[in-house]
Amino acid sequence: MIAYLIRRILYAVPILIGVNLLTFALFFVVNTPDDMARMQLGIKRVTPEAIEKWKQQRGYDKPLFVNSAAGGTDQLTDTIFWQKSASMFVFDFGYSDDGRSIGREIAKRMGPSLAIALPTFLIGLVVYVSFALLMTLFRATALDMAGVALCVLLMSVSGLFYIIGGQFVVSKLWHLVPISGYAGGADSFKFVVLPILIGVAGGIGSSSRWYRTIFLEEIGKDYVRTARAKGLSELRVLFTHVLKNAMIPILTGVVVVIPLLFMGSLLTESFFGIPGLGSYTIDAINAQDFSVVRAMVFLGSVLYIVGLILTDISYTAVDPRVRLQ
Amino acid sequence: MRSLWILLLLPLAACDGGLWNNPYPLADDGRSILYTAFIERPKHLDPAQAYSENEYDFLALVYAPPLQYHYLKRPYQLTPLAASAMPMISYLGKNGRPLPENVAPERIAYSVYEIRIKPGMRYQPHPAFVPANHMLKLGDISTLGDFRQTSTRVVTAADYAYQIKRLVHPQLHTPIAGVMSEYIVGLKDYAATLQQAARTAPGGFIDLNAYPLPGVEVVDATTYRITIHGKYPQFAYWLAMPFFSPMPQEVERFYAQPGMKERNLTLDWWPVGSGPYYLSENDPNRRMVLTRNPYYDSESYPSEGEAGDADAGFLADAGKPLPLIDSIVFSLEKETIPYWNKFLQGYYDASAISSDSFDQAVSVGVSGEATVSEAMKAQGIVLDTAVSTSTKYTGFNLLDPVTGGDSERARKLRRAIAIAVDFEEFVSIFANGRGISAQSPIPPGIFGHREGCAGINHYVYDCVNDEPQRKPVKEAKRLLAEAGYPDGVDAKTGQPLVIHFDTTATGMGNKSRLDWLRKQFDKLGVQLDVRSTDYNRFQDKIRRGDTQMFFYGWNADYPDPENFFFLLHGPQAKVAKGGENASNYSEAEFDRLFEQMKNMESGPTRQAIIDRMLEILRRDSPWLWGYHPKSYVLRHGWLHNVKPNIMANNKLKYWRVDAQQRDRLRREWNQPLRWPLWAGAGLVLLFVGWMGWVLRKREQAR
Repeated sequence: MIAYLIRRILYAVPILIGVNLLTFALFFVVNTPDDMARMQLGIKRVTPEAIEKWKQQRGYDKPLFVNSAAGGTDQLTDTIFWQKSASMFVFDFGYSDDGRSIGREIAKRMGPSLAIALPTFLIGLVVYVSFALLMTLFRATALDMAGVALCVLLMSVSGLFYIIGGQFVVSKLWHLVPISGYAGGADSFKFVVLPILIGVAGGIGSSSRWYRTIFLEEIGKDYVRTARAKGLSELRVLFTHVLKNAMIPILTGVVVVIPLLFMGSLLTESFFGIPGLGSYTIDAINAQDFSVVRAMVFLGSVLYIVGLILTDISYTAVDPRVRLQ
Repeated sequence: MRSLWILLLLPLAACDGGLWNNPYPLADDGRSILYTAFIERPKHLDPAQAYSENEYDFLALVYAPPLQYHYLKRPYQLTPLAASAMPMISYLGKNGRPLPENVAPERIAYSVYEIRIKPGMRYQPHPAFVPANHMLKLGDISTLGDFRQTSTRVVTAADYAYQIKRLVHPQLHTPIAGVMSEYIVGLKDYAATLQQAARTAPGGFIDLNAYPLPGVEVVDATTYRITIHGKYPQFAYWLAMPFFSPMPQEVERFYAQPGMKERNLTLDWWPVGSGPYYLSENDPNRRMVLTRNPYYDSESYPSEGEAGDADAGFLADAGKPLPLIDSIVFSLEKETIPYWNKFLQGYYDASAISSDSFDQAVSVGVSGEATVSEAMKAQGIVLDTAVSTSTKYTGFNLLDPVTGGDSERARKLRRAIAIAVDFEEFVSIFANGRGISAQSPIPPGIFGHREGCAGINHYVYDCVNDEPQRKPVKEAKRLLAEAGYPDGVDAKTGQPLVIHFDTTATGMGNKSRLDWLRKQFDKLGVQLDVRSTDYNRFQDKIRRGDTQMFFYGWNADYPDPENFFFLLHGPQAKVAKGGENASNYSEAEFDRLFEQMKNMESGPTRQAIIDRMLEILRRDSPWLWGYHPKSYVLRHGWLHNVKPNIMANNKLKYWRVDAQQRDRLRREWNQPLRWPLWAGAGLVLLFVGWMGWVLRKREQAR
């Protein structure tokens, strides 16, 4: 297993280089360093000298990939790509275009993102699986049909509607929680309740339908018939046998997203004023802050790879037949 | 599931005994705190670098430049802030000899501004003023609050001089460095010297005091002089901006210590000023808090204003020490819906009005006057309106062979379009009436603007009952035909006239505006080709002069006509000189009058020159003059002394809040409705019970 993990980690290096290269190329196809400078410096009284100075101070005055004016290895290292990318492999993200430490910002914003994403994920998982099991329990009945119809209805509604509707009803009409905002520590509770509930509600439709399909597939298998023949109750059959055997497809979809919870949610954070990494990313895209964008893309890629490795490991935990070699 | 509800409700029930939807701590109740919001995080808080309105919202309260705008008097006028009196201005000839005050401007080689600051002013408490904090190993320190000791010191004239030197610091980007280098004697050379010093020791601390700047002289602890080239009366307005605030050198040294930048501890992030407030909490991802500077005791509420201010209650606090509010909490609100709803719940003291909420908030009477709606009135909400010192215009590119040039044909084409594009309708439809159609680049409230028939652009409007009335479309069609495009068809080629319009407006949200604009051109039979593009491409096109028409705007730096006319000054053309004249307009007489007018004191002679300049502009029509936006701000009745002042960025220090009234009304408006919780819990229990019953029945049936 150790050898397998080392191999997977080594595979990650070219993937990350590729992601980095792609991000870099896409960004600079759309924007030039001059564009970035103008975006940062604003409209009023911006002179060509000011643009040059801005680029020079942030290292955007170098060639993109190859510095033909330099000699030796400097041809590759004295370029924007190298200067902005190499340090990321040791998780040194440098500074944003407005001069702030990206590493510090990420560390600071990770907490609020997790405060929303983690409970949403955990509560959501319990709710979706329970609801799916419930529909499976009452399969081919009116209740199952109603459940499926509800799922389709919930899937059809835009995420934005849940947010605005939730804020209107729970915060504006009922005055139960603040409409938006955030506070640290225990005070964060009243600010995160509504985003979590909305996050959970917004995922019920698609997730529960998916889990229902998995459970329905399992419930027709021989071991379920055997369990019933042994006289086990339907609830026991579902929650101990079906659920356990359905874990592989569930884990495939679930474990891979766990590391990505750090990255936050763009829409939820924006509407609820949550100072997390989702809003950090969207702000950076709007401000054309390449330093932050490439850091967040890199971090997202790393976390995704970690998620995939964790998924593989989790298979060994739930299915003894699986061996990582 | 039941335990989940209990888990959710327990903390809510224990929710500090206050209102459940209160986003602020219970301890803040009853305190003199102003609650407001910011939409976009500021990029810079260094007074040498900041230039945006959202940055000045903070900096103007933290820093104390020599001058400021009088809060109550109109038209806008300067008054001392940190200065003990208005600057004493003396003029020198080329040989350095003094000249009389009324000397002709062309004879003035230098103007000397002598500024005396109030003695005894002190900075906010800050660790930079403790010498021991300059030799620390930062270790566990990650915020300014981690420094155990803070102190203050008296503001000196040398601090003001130091900040002027910072305007050309090689490691900073100062937007006005170019302008100031043209005026302040020796600043251009000083910049070159600093560049050289920076090259000698890259990345090191540059001791600005080691290099002399001849245009800035420290006379004594409270007096300094700035010498500028020629006569430039507008220089006084710059002295009211944070660019000219005091900056202690030890603060720069403090932040230059190793490890500070890595911890986001920079002067650009944590300002150090001598103004009425200091930035006590700086989390621009969530909220920023200004707290009263305990050492600020140099200013009191004005005791005189304009006529009617006393009756309106604006002088009720006359003579009281400023600021009147202890703390200002700025919360980040990126979306308008939460912002608006929190205002209605009483959690923001004031709010702008988005288009979505306009009908809910404002009633427009038959004569066009705006008042708050009945629902707002019932909540005690008050509407304040003011015409902004800004203009939103549509420019023609004068370099373009079709729309540009100074021929009579081109003028007639531009004037025909100016008549056809009905900006009164635009303001009515797309700005909810929040604006007035412009007759020239100069908005109301700025010297040179004329009201009534005298101020009307008679090329586009007729004066009816002392009001402008847009000329009929047939007049526009006549001009168009005379320009060689009868019914929108080029008489020479027989091809329809197509005008290209460049804009950054993209997406569905802007479609209706662009469709409206096309319709305006349809009136003349002219086709409008809208070329929507992103911001950078748009700027690039403007820079290269690759446009025919474009939409632009300008916010005044200071309330002087020069700050608008320079947008049309030939030597500041965008393509040729990289200046702010995006239309690339150039007219010899206008340019000559501009040079004459810009250095004059406001008075009848200057007004006569401005009148002539406006006539030239209206005749040539390089812009569709567009409109001057009106600012509409709603505030709760518990907020007092709120008089709209477009120029002053530090107006919050005059505001007063009745916290007791606010608390009472918040409680009245925000009592939580508990029944949905009980109903929800009941439904869950019922469902679980029913499920158990059904399952039992099924098991029994097996």
